[in-house]
Amino acid sequence: MLKKTALNEEHRKIGGRMVDFGGWDLPVQYSGLMAEHNAVRNSCGLFDVSHMGEIMVEGPGSLEFVNYLTTNDASVLSVEQAQYSVLCNSEGGIIDDLVIYRLGLDRFFLVVNASNTDKDFQHIQNALTHYQGIKPSVKNLSSEYSQIAIQGPLAEKVLQSLTETKLSDIKTYWCKEGKILSTPAVIARTGYTGEDGFEIYISWGEAPRIWNALLEAGKDDGILPCGLGARDTLRLEMKYALYGHELNDVTNPLEVGLGWVTKLNKSGNFIGKDKIQALKVSGSKKSLVGLKSLGRGIPRQDYEVYSSDQKSKIGHITSGTSSPSLKYPIGVAFIDKSFETVGTRLYVKVRDDFHEFEVVKTPFYKKDA
Amino acid sequence: MNYPTNYRYTKEHEWAELVSANQIRVGITDHAQSSLGDIVYLDLPKAGRELKSHDTFGVVESIKAVSDLYSPINGKVIETNSDLISDPGKINLNAHTEWMLMIEASDAKTQFDGLMSADEYTNYVKSL
Repeated sequence: MLKKTALNEEHRKIGGRMVDFGGWDLPVQYSGLMAEHNAVRNSCGLFDVSHMGEIMVEGPGSLEFVNYLTTNDASVLSVEQAQYSVLCNSEGGIIDDLVIYRLGLDRFFLVVNASNTDKDFQHIQNALTHYQGIKPSVKNLSSEYSQIAIQGPLAEKVLQSLTETKLSDIKTYWCKEGKILSTPAVIARTGYTGEDGFEIYISWGEAPRIWNALLEAGKDDGILPCGLGARDTLRLEMKYALYGHELNDVTNPLEVGLGWVTKLNKSGNFIGKDKIQALKVSGSKKSLVGLKSLGRGIPRQDYEVYSSDQKSKIGHITSGTSSPSLKYPIGVAFIDKSFETVGTRLYVKVRDDFHEFEVVKTPFYKKDA
Repeated sequence: MNYPTNYRYTKEHEWAELVSANQIRVGITDHAQSSLGDIVYLDLPKAGRELKSHDTFGVVESIKAVSDLYSPINGKVIETNSDLISDPGKINLNAHTEWMLMIEASDAKTQFDGLMSADEYTNYVKSL
């Protein structure tokens, strides 16, 4: 039995093509992936991301505990500030990536990947059991929150018409608790598309009312409801990692370019620190690079990557598509570090043929490029 | 969707049009293009290739998905639509006229007659 978000009927009413996404019945597209992708790049798009998990850590000791769980340094966060971070296991493998919102001095709102929510919550509870410091309260609130993302250059304008919170006061990766159409909401200037925009967290049952009001408010600006397909191409053009593609339980953050969220010098220990420290000393032998096709072949997850003599296999594709914004095939590849230099020519085996690619700078897509 | 009644169809969502007693044209159905979404890649065989019915003759890819293409009949590829390779998005606009292959076989008509009619295919799609 597939799980449904509060917006399931709304998706069906407007022609969402529903698919099983990690056990959730969600739309892969409505009007068309390309149109939805372009709406986000040029005006705005609306996403139901209520399947994402929400875990609240609060009370005395919550900062220290969050810092023990995650690799980034949560102590630098002001109240209302957000941070991208990673949960690791004791081997330094990535259990999940997440966004941490510091809603109060002792109140941390952790937003995790849908299909990892149960695993993450289990891990956090286990960690809490063995934790030596002051133990905060940890609750899985995933079934209480709906999450809607409104993304694109016109997102602020459209959302502003439904809230008295002054959105221009919220900087990127900050948030405020306010109201949207009189319902309490966490309004965060975060997202997964590379565009300006907001992610709003509201009570589960309020989602249809807010969703429909946003579609109505954005009608003249060309707002489109967007499915998982566009969400994937938008994040891929930015080379944002997706769990199960770029990230998994046996990959160390330093192998996939996440050193910037791994703060080995922060105060106190954190889970996985020893292994990450050791890899930092020995040096990662792997690298996550962006590849651009020099021909027509579209790279897809798990396709093999070869060196320029086509003889040695040096890695594999973690995500790939034909970029709707750039109009050529792009891919992210997990490869031997010695091939990571921008400009390096590599081959991807597409079915039976070798297709030539080049390592390029990322993000693939830049505004006004 | 209306499927042309003079065409025949396969369970793999190709259509065939009988051009003469020994030649058919092949494309993919509107249902196929709609399921795939925005089509961005097409690979077709070279003329001269001998195909058996259900053989893979090429690949079509949308942004999201990869799908093999299957020959509706036994025969020999005598022509491919190379324009479509450079602009495969046209398939989304008009799947039933954007043909991919011309296949020749001495018994093309007999094989063609053995495929699903438009009514049969319509019911088949409904049953999916």
